[in-house]
Amino acid sequence: MSVMGEPGTKEPLSLEELQASTGLRTGRKHVLSILVENKSGVLTRIAGLFARRGFNIDTLTVGPTDDEQISRVTLTVDGALHPIDQVTKQLHKLINVLKIRDLEPGDTVTRELALFKVSADGAQRGELMQIAEIFRGKVVDVTKRSVIVEVTGTTEKIEAFESMVRPFGLIEMMRTGEIAISRGRSET
Amino acid sequence: MRAVDAVMECLKAEGVDVVFGLPGGANLPTYDAFVNGGIRHILVRHEAGGGHAAQGYAKATGKVGVAFATSGPGATNLITPICDAMMDSVPVVFITGQVRTELLGTDGFQEADTLGITIPIVKHSFMIQDPKEIPRAIHEAFYIARSGRPGPVLVDIPQDLSRGEIEYEPVTDVRLPGYQPTTDGNQKQIRQAAKALAAAIRPVIYAGGGVVNANASEELVEFATSDRFPVTCTLMGLGGFPAPHEQWLGMLGMHGTRAANYAMDEADLICAVGARFDDRITGKLSEFAPKAKFIHIDVDPAEISKNVPAHIPIVGDAKLVLAKLLIEYRALGVDPARLGAWWERIEGWREKYPLGFQDSTDKEIKPQYMIQALYEATGGEAIVTSDVGQHQMWAAQYYDFPAPRRWINSGGLGTMGFGLPAAMGAAVGCPERLVCCIAGDGSVQMNAQELATCAQNEIPIKVFIMNNGYLGMVRQWQELFWDGKYSQVDTGKFPDFVKLAEAYGATGMRFEDKTTLVEDMKRAIATEGPVVVDVRVTREENTYPMIPAGQAAREMVG
Repeated sequence: MSVMGEPGTKEPLSLEELQASTGLRTGRKHVLSILVENKSGVLTRIAGLFARRGFNIDTLTVGPTDDEQISRVTLTVDGALHPIDQVTKQLHKLINVLKIRDLEPGDTVTRELALFKVSADGAQRGELMQIAEIFRGKVVDVTKRSVIVEVTGTTEKIEAFESMVRPFGLIEMMRTGEIAISRGRSET
Repeated sequence: MRAVDAVMECLKAEGVDVVFGLPGGANLPTYDAFVNGGIRHILVRHEAGGGHAAQGYAKATGKVGVAFATSGPGATNLITPICDAMMDSVPVVFITGQVRTELLGTDGFQEADTLGITIPIVKHSFMIQDPKEIPRAIHEAFYIARSGRPGPVLVDIPQDLSRGEIEYEPVTDVRLPGYQPTTDGNQKQIRQAAKALAAAIRPVIYAGGGVVNANASEELVEFATSDRFPVTCTLMGLGGFPAPHEQWLGMLGMHGTRAANYAMDEADLICAVGARFDDRITGKLSEFAPKAKFIHIDVDPAEISKNVPAHIPIVGDAKLVLAKLLIEYRALGVDPARLGAWWERIEGWREKYPLGFQDSTDKEIKPQYMIQALYEATGGEAIVTSDVGQHQMWAAQYYDFPAPRRWINSGGLGTMGFGLPAAMGAAVGCPERLVCCIAGDGSVQMNAQELATCAQNEIPIKVFIMNNGYLGMVRQWQELFWDGKYSQVDTGKFPDFVKLAEAYGATGMRFEDKTTLVEDMKRAIATEGPVVVDVRVTREENTYPMIPAGQAAREMVG
């Protein structure tokens, strides 16, 4: 977060010039990449914190890192609804939380995996598979009346695919929630 | 060494001289270790009493309080003290027994998911999964409880694990990579704050419980008096700045003084130190201190800009930051005369709206007078605890606390039944001091059972019950905001507190005459052992002044 109120060179200081640093609602989606100690109850602590403070988690993924004592939680929060700095400051208070990065959208690669079970009989199957191909999806199961397509990509891409296949009859959809990694040489 | 003996060693290494607790099935092994453990244990009559006693001990001494309970209901009885300690940032370590590991998750006898239940109300918690973890967990619990923004830490130990044998070596290093409180304060920000204070013409220092927790009272006084900064404290901060004092405006907030609230309302710069802009302070947030810029000093970064945006945030320990701020401020060589007009304005409010009440003309004891009488009878030198309600507010208004750690009450959670066990804990922690509890007749019964603990252990607390036969604050709100329709607030004449005191082995007294009240109180204070005084006060008296909930300081009534 930016440091507000850095001492200026002007003397005397004018109170009017002071800017407040506050829980601004940024109005965009934030991807928080959180390293946590792999201890029992960590996820409960995080989920409980969000529930208690009235913050909504849009997506949440948890997975191991290359260090077995540390796990990574990637969660997305709507910055239009919540003051992100308050969210991260509260998260930082959890003793088991080691590091939080609010990933900059431009400097981050995010991916989500989704499985779509779509009703499609003979006539429709071809068209559906064409759409899947455009989205670089993979057909992973076919029955007489349905097709399962696997799609990987950003949330936007997944949602675009969903809107394309919905008219066929979307039976089920499973989404993992986003994972994210920062671009460039440095660690996320 | 038995793991439970290691628990005792850990406690001793942490400097614990007393714990409050109550044994049960799941912590039987630990209680066996108390027999020769070299730690004083005070057997309470209800775990909540033990938890609040540990809080009172911690608040009075500044050390970490410790409370023990067994699994299931023992642990759930601690919920209120744990939550109370969280809200008021009180360093307490709670050590609970848990059912045997093989029973975990089976709804075993006296099993409760203590860790799960308490997650939202602890600073941190540990579930022991191997006896070897016990010493480190306990030491880390103490470290977390007392450092940074203090708070409650829970250690849950399954019964079978507490029976384990371990190698005990004192733990001197804590490994908490995710916990590194910032205490120093950013020097540039501190300089900026000094400049802003120098430029302000209507400044107010608004100090909270953080000043008391950080033992920063001296630094606060020194800084405030380095210029003529007006100072107001929150309910939790009382005593952090000595009262009375020429720069003291009184408490602020819902039942604060008009001088304090109006000063906040007109201030151009507010310097908040260890305070968290609670709704009882701000009232209607959008109209709170509308002309002010804010410096916010707090050891907990999450408090800064949580409710009110800070213009100059300073994360750090109040004691360290105030000391640095003083140096920076002195270097600016500001002329205190610039605050002359501001003080004139404040003096105007002080003269026009002093705290006051219509005293009786006969023997009737007005509740406000009861506090004044106690102040006189104690010379203002007692540690005072309170419950929650009207009596608490009157105590805050009319007992001038000259020093920190003299005023012990439940501010954030507002726990009825806090005062008596907290007084017990304070008296155990500070045996050389007089400890008085100002209780409500409604509140006191919520933990009156600890009178037995006081009698058994000769803990000489003096409990003054402000008895109006009502849940007074609720009655006041019903009178003011619910058309005077009283619903379930009349407690009648029950119980007979004198008899109750005697049944518990304490001395009971009843005072009903204003004209002899101070002398009577002195007599009660001089009586050995725990004393309970039933002070009969005016039944329907309202706590004023008051900012009705959700309104602005300007809307103060009464």
